[in-house]
Amino acid sequence: MSMHGPIATHRSATGVPTGRLAVWWLMASEIFIFGGLIACFVLFKLNGTPGFEDASLTSLTAGAVNTFVLLTSSLTVVLAHAAIEKGDREKSFLYIWYTIGGGFVFLGVKAYEYTGKIINGHIITENLFWSFYYTMTGLHALHVIGGMVIMALISFDIRKGHNYQRVELIGIYWHFVDLIWIFLFPLLYIANF
Amino acid sequence: MSQAATAVQTDTNAEHHEELSFLYKYILPTDHKIIAMQYIFTGMIMAVIGGYFAYAFRMQLAFPGELVPLYGLVGPGEYNMLVTNHGTIMIFWVAMPVLIAGFGNYIIPLMIGCDDMVFPRLNRLSYQIFLASTLVLILSFFVKGGGFGGAWTAYPPLSSVAEYSLTDWGASLWVLAVALEFVSFLLGGINFVTTTMNARAPGMKMMDIPIAVWFIVLAVILFMASVGPLIAGAVMLFMDQRIGTSFFLPSGGGDPLLWQHLFWFFGHPEVYVVLLPTLGIVADIITVFSRKKLFGYKTVLYTAFATGGLSFVVWAHHQFIAGIDPRMANVFVVTTVLISIPLAEMMFSYIATLYGGSIELKTPMLWALSFIAAFLIGGVTGIYLGASALDVYFHDSYFVLAHFHYTFFPITIIGMFAAITFWFPKMFGRMMNDTLGKIHFWGTFIPFNCIFLPLFFLGLAGQHRRIYNYNHFPDLATQELQNIRIFATVSLIVMLCFQLVFIYNFFVSMFKGKKAPDNPWNANTLEWSTPSPPPHGNFKTLPTVYRGAYEYSVPGREMDYWPQNEPPEES
Amino acid sequence: MIEYFVYSASSFAGEIDDLFFVITLIIGFWFFLTFGALVYFIFKFRRKDGVKAQYITGEKHSETKWTHYPHFAVIAMDVVIIAVNILVWVNIKQTLPPRDNLVRVIGQQWSWSFIHAGPDGELDTADDVATVNDLHLKIGDTYHFELQSRDVLHNFAVPAFRLRQDAVPGRTISGWFKPTKIGTYDLQCAEMCGYGHGIMGAAVTVHSEESYNTTMAQIQNGTYESHYQKRMGTKTPLPSYTSQVDDEDSFAVLLASIF
Repeated sequence: MSMHGPIATHRSATGVPTGRLAVWWLMASEIFIFGGLIACFVLFKLNGTPGFEDASLTSLTAGAVNTFVLLTSSLTVVLAHAAIEKGDREKSFLYIWYTIGGGFVFLGVKAYEYTGKIINGHIITENLFWSFYYTMTGLHALHVIGGMVIMALISFDIRKGHNYQRVELIGIYWHFVDLIWIFLFPLLYIANF
Repeated sequence: MSQAATAVQTDTNAEHHEELSFLYKYILPTDHKIIAMQYIFTGMIMAVIGGYFAYAFRMQLAFPGELVPLYGLVGPGEYNMLVTNHGTIMIFWVAMPVLIAGFGNYIIPLMIGCDDMVFPRLNRLSYQIFLASTLVLILSFFVKGGGFGGAWTAYPPLSSVAEYSLTDWGASLWVLAVALEFVSFLLGGINFVTTTMNARAPGMKMMDIPIAVWFIVLAVILFMASVGPLIAGAVMLFMDQRIGTSFFLPSGGGDPLLWQHLFWFFGHPEVYVVLLPTLGIVADIITVFSRKKLFGYKTVLYTAFATGGLSFVVWAHHQFIAGIDPRMANVFVVTTVLISIPLAEMMFSYIATLYGGSIELKTPMLWALSFIAAFLIGGVTGIYLGASALDVYFHDSYFVLAHFHYTFFPITIIGMFAAITFWFPKMFGRMMNDTLGKIHFWGTFIPFNCIFLPLFFLGLAGQHRRIYNYNHFPDLATQELQNIRIFATVSLIVMLCFQLVFIYNFFVSMFKGKKAPDNPWNANTLEWSTPSPPPHGNFKTLPTVYRGAYEYSVPGREMDYWPQNEPPEES
Repeated sequence: MIEYFVYSASSFAGEIDDLFFVITLIIGFWFFLTFGALVYFIFKFRRKDGVKAQYITGEKHSETKWTHYPHFAVIAMDVVIIAVNILVWVNIKQTLPPRDNLVRVIGQQWSWSFIHAGPDGELDTADDVATVNDLHLKIGDTYHFELQSRDVLHNFAVPAFRLRQDAVPGRTISGWFKPTKIGTYDLQCAEMCGYGHGIMGAAVTVHSEESYNTTMAQIQNGTYESHYQKRMGTKTPLPSYTSQVDDEDSFAVLLASIF
């Protein structure tokens, strides 16, 4: 394989970098997937399906902590991007690892929450609310894990001086993960509409 | 991959496409042309399986209870499995991979004048996921209980509860295969859209892009925007099957109708997802073989936008009598019938393109024209079904079946043959035999009508779908109706036999055909400006574009075509 | 046109047939116009040596009118179709005329149960008459039905009545019909419902008032002979290759429970 990839990759007829277009595309398709799930959830809730009052059993504190952690990690990924724009690899590397650390804290809190729920008998098949709870947060957690793995790979890549543009791309993705959480948090933890 | 961000290459520098080893050229290719072939060949193999299934269940319908040669006995379970997987295969494993992924991959970089897709390795990954999904689907036929038999729409609770469907793992593997296939095309779609947006040849404006490329990109966008909720639905269905949740089970608070909404919210745009590539390919072919500029390029494009947009608000016309609020049906009748407006305009434009042309009936042109003719029938019969009150009678009847075969057969099979016969010289560097091509054309098109026209009348007689033996319904077990069924089956067998002509022509031409020139059809678009077959890297010198794709028979020029990359004469 | 193929045995069958006819006229006109133009152009504009094709962009008004004017006509015809359709639809599905009689229809894998309301016209009372795969109706009565399903989706379809309605588990769906022609007709399940979908039929018999009362009495005192079985008896017997099923036992049990 050639080292440079095809010429097509380096063209930019629209003026927008191709990588960014691709990530926007990916985000759009993800939004439709999560959008579908969230729409189903809201429809069931509006229909008054029994079980949805269990939303009051979820831990608001844990959810709030996780929201805070994710928002902070979004900030660090922005800082990583800002650093790499200035060419400061080491600083960017560090900020990426702060973000990954945020991801670990998020997953830790999530694991704690899941354990508590399962011990209390709120398993996925208990009722529709818990089915949605585990499906949506689980799918979201998978995205968090995926983002962390990719971020780790990118961090080593940029330290060697390659592919600086990818910091921005993973940043967009991480904001998206954040955004999904912003939707899930009120729906699963706060809402009793 | 590690392309340095600083690497800036000029467009004339294409030497880095060196020859590759066999492994990287054919097994793990990143070249869009080889990936396209992989998709097309996989799709064609699946088409053979789908056709075989159709043969088996049509034989059972014509001669119920008899041993079907080359298959055996078709019992009720096998029949359900055959019709379900016939539908699934033909839509998800033939129409999608051949028309969108296959020809999309092949023609997009060539038609917009660049050397490859922008993310070649993503392209390869997309095919590999697709291949995995194919294998999962084939595996599902052989697990205990047999393949899934709950119709390609997979309505729960039948699809979600093993006690109801009697196909425990068959149903789960089916859902898994379909979901994997969706993921594969979502990934593939990234390439299609970004390549067309960013990697166009210098000078190629949005309105210079050939319609075929436009429509494939539109199809991919429609697919992306419609499939998301169904992927979520597939996850929910899979969890219902394997974990025991009850998203779609009324006993646990769920709702079976929810799946129908998710499915058809995808399912109707999906029709246009597979329709648009064929419409685009047909537009290109009729302009080339009538030596005419496309009538109203922008009109055609905007009608496609309108159709795509409308397709998102019509889904409930599949559910008029599924238990939704009858008042809601009226809204969907209006939106459904409205779709006829842009599509009629588009068909008028296609036919107007022929006016004043210089039509040459080569094989690809025959396929393209027959597509328009057959699709007209499919289109107008759709109006009946869009009318909710008639749907009360026609729902799940053979009328519906005949209608959508009159759309899907032209889209998938006719569109596929049109595209293959048109681009064959470019793909393999040799011409196909035109006489054999025409024999194959008539041997397919006439029996196709003989199969599906009679089925409209079976639908009028009230015959409902997915029944393995009509002897259990005395009103339908009459000899007259049985004669129609036998006629359709015999026509199907005749049509299948004529496919041997195509297979012979395809493989013999591939190795022994007449050598093809670079531009055998005197066409304008960029893929014809490079050698046949194009080398790795596509173009010796990457082209620059000076004009739109359809400048045929321009007054004042000696030649009746004007390639997009030919520099204007100095005056 | 439909009545040529199948009996027209309910009050709204005629309306649906008329709607079919109206749409056939409209789309038939468009189909032959468009198809005619296509065929005519193919023959008229075949390649001739020395004749060059015309250069028409299709962007000038003088040219676009050829596609735009038909296009406006299409819109007008669409409005007609929508209007006629909504009139029929509102009558059939959206409104419930006052009832004379009531029947509950229950679908399950793979048979139909019917609970006739009996003389008092109310369900869940002592005079209900329950049958399996046999629906008995009195001619001229406006029937309301309550459609239910015990397991998966089914579809209550009577072609002679031009009637189809999905049965959804967990819901009761109401509708109406009014039989107008004496005879025995097929009832189909028109929604994929699993292994036995292909045998899930029933007989709908429309009786005169006298015959209806006799039949109901026969059912209640046990001397009744099922119309469904009588009808099926004259046809090919059920196929005997059920042994092809892997899950043989459970299917045999289910099948036995039906017949």
